[in-house]
Amino acid sequence: MGGMQSGLPDSLLSGCKVLDLSGRLGWLAGRMLADLGADVIKIEAPGAALDDAEWRALNVNKRLLRLDQANRAGRQAIERMIGAVDILIETARPGDPTDAWLEPERLSRLNPDLIHVSVTPFGRSGARAGWRGSDLEIMAAGGAMALAGDPDGAPLRISVPQAASWAGAHAATGALVALSHRTAGGAGQHVDVSAQASVVVALAHAPTFFDILSEAPSRAGSHITGRSVHGAVYRAFWPCKDGYINFVIYGGPAGRRTNKALVAWMREKGLDLGPLADLDWDTFDPKLATQEDVDRIEAPLLDFFRSITKSEFLEGACAREMLGYPVSTVADIAADPQLDAREFWQDLATPDGASERHCGPFYIADTLRPELRNPAVDDAGSSASILRDFGFSSEEIAALPTKRTEAAA
Amino acid sequence: MNAAPQALADIKVVEFGGYAAGSHAGKILANFGATVVHLESHGRPDGFRLEYPPFKDGVAGVNRGGCFAFFNDSKYGATLDLKKPEGLELARRLIDWADVVIENMRPGVMARIGLSYEAISKTNPGLIMLSTCNMGQTGPRAHTPGFGSQLSSLAGFCGTIGEADGPPMLLYGPYIDFIASLMGCSAVLAALDHKRSTGKGRWIDLSQYECGLHFMAGALFAYHRDGTIAERNGNRDSVAAPHGAYPCRDGRWLALSCWSDDEFAALADSLDCRTLADDSRFLRIESRRNNTQALDEALTASLRKRDAETIAKTLQHAGVCAYPVNTVADLFNDPQLLERRSWRRRKHPEIGEQAYLMPGFDLSTTPGDVTHAAPCLGGDNDTVFKHFLGLSEEEFDAYAGKNALS
Repeated sequence: MGGMQSGLPDSLLSGCKVLDLSGRLGWLAGRMLADLGADVIKIEAPGAALDDAEWRALNVNKRLLRLDQANRAGRQAIERMIGAVDILIETARPGDPTDAWLEPERLSRLNPDLIHVSVTPFGRSGARAGWRGSDLEIMAAGGAMALAGDPDGAPLRISVPQAASWAGAHAATGALVALSHRTAGGAGQHVDVSAQASVVVALAHAPTFFDILSEAPSRAGSHITGRSVHGAVYRAFWPCKDGYINFVIYGGPAGRRTNKALVAWMREKGLDLGPLADLDWDTFDPKLATQEDVDRIEAPLLDFFRSITKSEFLEGACAREMLGYPVSTVADIAADPQLDAREFWQDLATPDGASERHCGPFYIADTLRPELRNPAVDDAGSSASILRDFGFSSEEIAALPTKRTEAAA
Repeated sequence: MNAAPQALADIKVVEFGGYAAGSHAGKILANFGATVVHLESHGRPDGFRLEYPPFKDGVAGVNRGGCFAFFNDSKYGATLDLKKPEGLELARRLIDWADVVIENMRPGVMARIGLSYEAISKTNPGLIMLSTCNMGQTGPRAHTPGFGSQLSSLAGFCGTIGEADGPPMLLYGPYIDFIASLMGCSAVLAALDHKRSTGKGRWIDLSQYECGLHFMAGALFAYHRDGTIAERNGNRDSVAAPHGAYPCRDGRWLALSCWSDDEFAALADSLDCRTLADDSRFLRIESRRNNTQALDEALTASLRKRDAETIAKTLQHAGVCAYPVNTVADLFNDPQLLERRSWRRRKHPEIGEQAYLMPGFDLSTTPGDVTHAAPCLGGDNDTVFKHFLGLSEEEFDAYAGKNALS
């Protein structure tokens, strides 16, 4: 298929073609494959608004093709493209009759080499496969909400939606496992991604406590519990001049080094050390401390943290090789010099002369971060150019529903 | 053991390091058939073995840690003393045997022991190395030590959990590490595909921080576009109302959301709740968003009379998003997770039966599996050095005699 855009010839997935029909649950999967060098074509209905921040952030680096899936001619064109791509990503709701044309068995007959990735809230099989779930319900079903929030309050989600990203990262990985098998001589196959099952990975080893000790970890709140045999609770978030700092009095070698460095820092600033002046961190054991001990130690620390800003802490803690990080907002992250030094942010020009700032590809290969290639915006002729790459003639392209028309239903 | 063919059956991986971010990437590859050797030493076992509970019967021990086991199933455990020249020599031979090296040491440590990518790719030019650490290999803070649990604060997650007028909230464990392990795994697989067509290897430099930011990408884009700062806002949503978790009669919580007025009408109808149906403040979605406290109180009063599981089914039948808030214990009985066999119980020589977690995806013709329980420290030295590397009995004994395998 000559003329197909395949990214830089030396990019990891050069030559790999991906068709992305997905809704929110699948966006990150296509973005990751695009960042790895695949030619990802994102299909959106003609006229659909694409200025949502999440859409823009997670569909950049893909080529945008406006085509109406609800229209029969549009679906036929997509099927023709499915016959010529390596990977398809879709988020059809299991059992929904309007999406029956995307059944894995059917598409596998159409293209036996196809890697067909389905991303759904609860997987494609089982009694609840057709259940509806937004970010909130998926985080609940995956166990994440049971571990976040104040123990006396309601279970919480992270206010910036996460479930679709967990699903998307799993979907990209699954697609590449299948691609690896195919490149080694195997056929295409179906990859079934459950957003719920993907979220369970985010719980770290919490399930193991229940599994081998019958203890179920619960909401973590804003303090560290379960580290002292006397039930003492340690502070995790300290108010500072312009927000909060995440700092914990840990034991172990790294914890001891951090605690000593912190006291030295306070001494440099001429702060009242109180009981910290005589504390021997080499013998202090957080496991054996009572709440009274902890409160006495933490009191002067509260004053110290109140006297500094988040960025002062980040720089100072780094210079002193201490553990602990500020609780950053997106504004703090945008100003972080570490990210600038690694050229993490990339600016892409849009056809109207504006510029958009995006997270660059998520990795550096052989000391180079790949560049974002496509702004994923409507550009005169972009849909036609993609269709031509797939062998559609000018007459066929003219007849396709690539533009919003009064008649489109 | 799995009889079905596995997708990555021809891939060989060696891991240096430990804890979560490196080990979990290797575990996913192992679940789909890769031969993965987790390399440690008796002097410095993986930090998850002894520093992190839970332990079998609550008693710590190098082969009793459930946390270590959870991220290392389906792998082979080998030990080498890298401070001894003979140990380093065997490490070099293992690297030459492998397609992929995964390491999550602090930047510069691999180079210090002579195992920089530049050095090891000389004898194995197709080698792929994944270096994963907090900040990446370069930049002013490259060498900062750090825990994933606190890195989740730097990447914006903790600041966006909690009530609007309350403090930030913790996430359980090193949340961000698993974002990085999935992304690292993807990069390794893409590099393997590239190697198959070009013969060329790659060194992947992965910053766990940057990976995490991709899960905040929309919020970061919005800030760069118009200065909007994402804030913690309880369980509220900018569109849906209601949108939250509510306590039920059986002690469980129910998460539910309504994204349109029709869905809300279906909710009120399913709950047979006049208070919800008749209150004019609840008729339109904008008005519900402006009256969330009253709305949540009315919903709570109604849901307290019902069991979470039963009402979730009723609401789903009526087209409303709803799911019980699964506790960690509930996850072992969830019908969908049981359906896809997310948990696979395997017997470990010291821990006994343990449930291992499959990734959130599976493949139709080459499905994944937990092929065996996590290895004991150095438990597979025989297999790894004699079978994989082809050492003779005499050679093996000679290395062992020099304490290279400790």
